Amino acid sequence: MSIIKTDKLVFEYIRRDEDGNVEGITRAVDEVTLKIKQGDFIAILGHNGSGKSTLAKHMNAILCPTEGSIWVDGRDTREESEVWNIRQTAGMVFQNPDNQIIGQVVEEDVGFGPENMGVPTAEIWERVEESLKAVGMYKFRKYSPNKLSGGQKQRVSIAGVLAMHPKCIVLDEPTAMLDPNGRKEVIRAVRALNDVENVTVILITHYMEEIIHADKVFVMDKGRIAMQGTPREIFSKVEELKELRLDVPQVTLLAYELQKKGIALPDGILSIEELTDEIVKYSRKEGR
Amino acid sequence: MLRDITLGQYYQTESVIHRLDPRVKLAGTVIYIISLFCFHHVWGYLCAALFLFAVVKLSKVPFKFMIKGMRSILFLLLITVVFNLFLTPGETVLTIWKLHITKEGIRIAVFMVIRLTMLIIGSSLMTLTTTPNNLTDGMEKAMRPLRLFHLPVHEIAMIMSIALRFIPILMEETDKIMKAQIARGADFESGNIFKKAKAMVPLLVPLFISAFRRANDLAMAMEARCYRGGEGRTKMKPLVYKKRDAAAYLLLFTFLAGSIVVDRIPNMIAKTPAEEQAVMTERVLTETCAESDDLHVEAQAIIYKIK
Amino acid sequence: MPIILDHVSHVYGDDTTLAVKALDDISLVIPDGQFIGLIGHTGSGKSTLVQHLNGLLRATSGNIYFNGQDIDDEDFHKKELRSKVGLVFQYPEHQLFEVDVFSDVCFGPKNLGLSKKETELLAYEALKKVGLPDECFYQSPFDLSGGQKRRVAIAGVLAMKPQVLILDEPTAGLDPKGREEILGQICKLKEASNITVILVSHSMEDVAEYVERILVMNQGRIMYDDVPKEVFKHYKELEEVGLAAPQVTYIMHNLKEAGLRVDENATTIKEAAQEIYRVLTERTRTL
Repeated sequence: MSIIKTDKLVFEYIRRDEDGNVEGITRAVDEVTLKIKQGDFIAILGHNGSGKSTLAKHMNAILCPTEGSIWVDGRDTREESEVWNIRQTAGMVFQNPDNQIIGQVVEEDVGFGPENMGVPTAEIWERVEESLKAVGMYKFRKYSPNKLSGGQKQRVSIAGVLAMHPKCIVLDEPTAMLDPNGRKEVIRAVRALNDVENVTVILITHYMEEIIHADKVFVMDKGRIAMQGTPREIFSKVEELKELRLDVPQVTLLAYELQKKGIALPDGILSIEELTDEIVKYSRKEGR
Repeated sequence: MLRDITLGQYYQTESVIHRLDPRVKLAGTVIYIISLFCFHHVWGYLCAALFLFAVVKLSKVPFKFMIKGMRSILFLLLITVVFNLFLTPGETVLTIWKLHITKEGIRIAVFMVIRLTMLIIGSSLMTLTTTPNNLTDGMEKAMRPLRLFHLPVHEIAMIMSIALRFIPILMEETDKIMKAQIARGADFESGNIFKKAKAMVPLLVPLFISAFRRANDLAMAMEARCYRGGEGRTKMKPLVYKKRDAAAYLLLFTFLAGSIVVDRIPNMIAKTPAEEQAVMTERVLTETCAESDDLHVEAQAIIYKIK
Repeated sequence: MPIILDHVSHVYGDDTTLAVKALDDISLVIPDGQFIGLIGHTGSGKSTLVQHLNGLLRATSGNIYFNGQDIDDEDFHKKELRSKVGLVFQYPEHQLFEVDVFSDVCFGPKNLGLSKKETELLAYEALKKVGLPDECFYQSPFDLSGGQKRRVAIAGVLAMKPQVLILDEPTAGLDPKGREEILGQICKLKEASNITVILVSHSMEDVAEYVERILVMNQGRIMYDDVPKEVFKHYKELEEVGLAAPQVTYIMHNLKEAGLRVDENATTIKEAAQEIYRVLTERTRTL
């Protein structure tokens, strides 16, 4: 069964002027239909304002569709009584690491979710310990969040969601405010979650390097799904990506440039090693 | 760097006082403060001072940290002394220009200084030995009965702990915005008060916008983590009274009862109010003035006059 | 007007036990009209360094000379320095506060005590330079998109007519296209007015294409100070301190190791593509 399913999901923001009259309507999500399989690593790409964050907020019942529907683990998010179950099933990590940590000590913050769910005290401690260990932050459990780096704070946020034992984690641009090292840290933690704990991961980002390991990629533009496929399929369409205000990793771009010059390389090359191998292979072939 | 500051003034060490339940410390502070205002004689204050000294020793917090708290109220203390000294009506002892110092004035002023000093030391002892977090937890639980009157106790505690978490962040942000505006030629220092107030606009507008944005983000993050108020919530670190807390309560009430009894002793011994007062004033004055010989002599003179 | 740093050090919390040495004996010359990339990871001291250049922070020891004058001298005008050395902070759009874009950009020149006419002229010029469309001038800055807000904020500093423009992470939080647009705009601006531009970033890839000189900072010291090609030669050392050279550098070095006779100093995609193409076709031709 799919963990998340949407059917012609539409979300409209109504802009009002100072007197409360409707000034205009922005369609942030436009008839999106998709299915996400349990245990997958999904990436959603798109430039700022493409509707990807709005879509993400539907998966946690923070927003409710204007039209169409979305089911999280078979539950319709419009059912008022299901809201808390949905939020428990699909946890969410946001962009700004400072604005989502509630506790003044790392371990207390991780315990916040389970506390809200009414988990017994002894079990909260167990959950906090295993979640912090899963993201490699256990030794910082007594720290004040203010003394951590951006990447570490985001890992604490992930642990906070993990402690709620969700089936699925939605990460809304978790790396947008981090430096390259912090980005690597977070992506590593997210991948481990998917591989080891088998949690479904939905990663929203505009950094292309981060989606290389995804099982499936959705590219959004103007509230619609513009492209979908494996990372390789997506990366082989360099021109289309550029039109969607996205860029591709330097490796892929270099391969693409070489292709344009008439050097026959396979489409959608993703890693440095891959490109080196392909060029060496090519030179040997031609050399013979 | 601003983020490194510790709020409140928690002093990290291991001691019996640190380990006490925050509710005990809250109750203790309240009882102690009330007791300070119940005493009429030196005896009561002596008891309270002994008690305070014992608790400070037990807490292992260096005494200079207690004094730190005093610095901020020094001015207040001075004003209290001056007002009481000159404005209390009664028997004039000394006249400087048009101002009269009265016997009652001296008495009240001295008591005020002792009271305030002990009050500040007592309450800073609580903040020095309790983390802000622990304190809000304690308050939440201690104020629980107030929920009957529809007071949102849990919410108040939550607001306090969130404020504690965000104050350092917002302070850092203030510093950043200030620097950015200075880089654009803003001047926050020169000019009169109106000019200065106007100069704050480029600082305050961005700061408020940022605070609202943060509040909005945080509310969303809390909801996403199933926060729905205090109802049905469990605690990761629930407050449970231990044996030492019961012992502490017992000691506390012994102190309260004992000190009040001790404070009443002079009443039982002294025959006439006038005599009693003379004895009182002597004690107070000799005690407080002991450090300064000049004043001591002066005090003796005053006492002689009274007698 | 060159800036010269002479053995500058900065220590935070000097009087406490937690003293942190943010800058450690930095000597540096920033001549007129250079395009410089200042690279370092978070906490390397790069933000502290740029705040010294316009006098927001005072060196704990050492001297900074602007146009030959010591900026810490009693008679030195700090305010004038701040208009000559414009500093755009990270997320500069968070400092916007006026009711409309135009008044916000006017804030800087107004603080310099210029007349209303001059102020408005400078603001207009600055907004044009950052490529903001005219119809946005009288909108509230809070109604603009992220990229546009950032342009307004940059214009706010440009309006003071600085001779040195320092931008701290100008692309943070923008999407790829937005990043490219802002960097392109800065490049254009640099060419048009020949001011000194210092781009502070933690990403080599972002700046490699544009700048003529790269300063790499680590633990409060200048680790490398050279043209991009030379700096990227140390890609292994860079990796050790948590910085990565552009992917292109890795590919070229890998190819060289694999026996292809490429020039490993290509730093941009274009150069690399040309170089690889040359080697590949040469081989087929010679054999």
